[in-house]
Amino acid sequence: MDGLLKHKGYINPYLGGILLGLLLLFTFYITGRGLGASGAIKRSVAAVVYEVAPEHAENTEYLAKYYGEENSPLNAWLVFEILGMLAGGFIAGAMGGRLKFKVERSAKITKNTRLFAALGGGILFGIGAQFGRGCTSGAALTGSAAQGTSGFVVMLAIFGTAYAIAYFVRKLWI
Amino acid sequence: MGPLIPNGIIDAGWSYLVAFIIGIAFGLIMESSGFSSSKKIVGLFYGYDFTVLRVFFTAAFIAMFGLLYLNYAEILDLSMVYFPETFLTSAIVGGVIMGIGFIVGGYCPGTGIVAASIGKIDAIVFLIGIFIGIFIFSELFPLVKDIYFGNPMGKSRFNELLGLSRGMFAFLFVLIAVIAFIVTRTIEIRVNNKYAAENHGDQASAE
Repeated sequence: MDGLLKHKGYINPYLGGILLGLLLLFTFYITGRGLGASGAIKRSVAAVVYEVAPEHAENTEYLAKYYGEENSPLNAWLVFEILGMLAGGFIAGAMGGRLKFKVERSAKITKNTRLFAALGGGILFGIGAQFGRGCTSGAALTGSAAQGTSGFVVMLAIFGTAYAIAYFVRKLWI
Repeated sequence: MGPLIPNGIIDAGWSYLVAFIIGIAFGLIMESSGFSSSKKIVGLFYGYDFTVLRVFFTAAFIAMFGLLYLNYAEILDLSMVYFPETFLTSAIVGGVIMGIGFIVGGYCPGTGIVAASIGKIDAIVFLIGIFIGIFIFSELFPLVKDIYFGNPMGKSRFNELLGLSRGMFAFLFVLIAVIAFIVTRTIEIRVNNKYAAENHGDQASAE
């Protein structure tokens, strides 16, 4: 088998999975909720829209819940979690010698194609995570660990769709 | 008995510090597992690197069994553990859109944040995309409300839907995960040998 450390100092994926599972469990134990990522970005969208056009923001039904008294502390919680993720990722990247500004892409496509695909993919993910009521972390991973139906449906739909169309966008990757 | 913050055992004032520390651990684990590389992440869709599947399934079943055990040992009150209500149409639509975004963009929000933290410019652009996507959704929300609230199933648990106990469901989940680990390992070796034979060693090394 691959030892503990493989390519470029990555840890063994099963070890990574065990650690991630224990962290998720610890998070459930402390907070009663799991891990999340897209929620914090949603929170910042709400904040920016409010800065730019406060009246419009208050009239936007989907964002209105983030303003005023119903302001859910969970969302601020997610913002701190994300700041931690940035710090944690940076530390691990520094230890593994992976800190570098770069556009990661297949040799078959240009930098611009990669950035365009990343932007388009991000837009879709942002929209999808609203319908899914969470992303891969908040809906799929956390939801399935708690055995919620939504989490499994989202997980199967994400991975099923990605497999179904992988062939058609293979130029982007292989 | 947990959960500690909802039960007032840890004061809510500490919760942001807790969030930050949990975030650090989350970022450390994901980055050291290779989730800061889009090429490595999408490997599972082309068969050359199943790291994501290994990490994801292992984490899910560890947490699943852990929750059952902590509940059994009366350390954690499972009824207080949050999971979202199910709106079937919306969950499927959302998952399909996210699936397209995943294979086209190469990241999901969590992995995108971690990749951005080590300087991946494509990840930063991906995060800007998510921001725009959420903005578009919030503007168009009145038009898609019927989908968003379509087919409500309430606080539905998947094991109950299948008529299984939580323990039996967790056991079957592990069984499926272990089979997936074995099968995908075989596929991975075969695909990488094929790439190597075609002299595409750069892809086989799964950056």
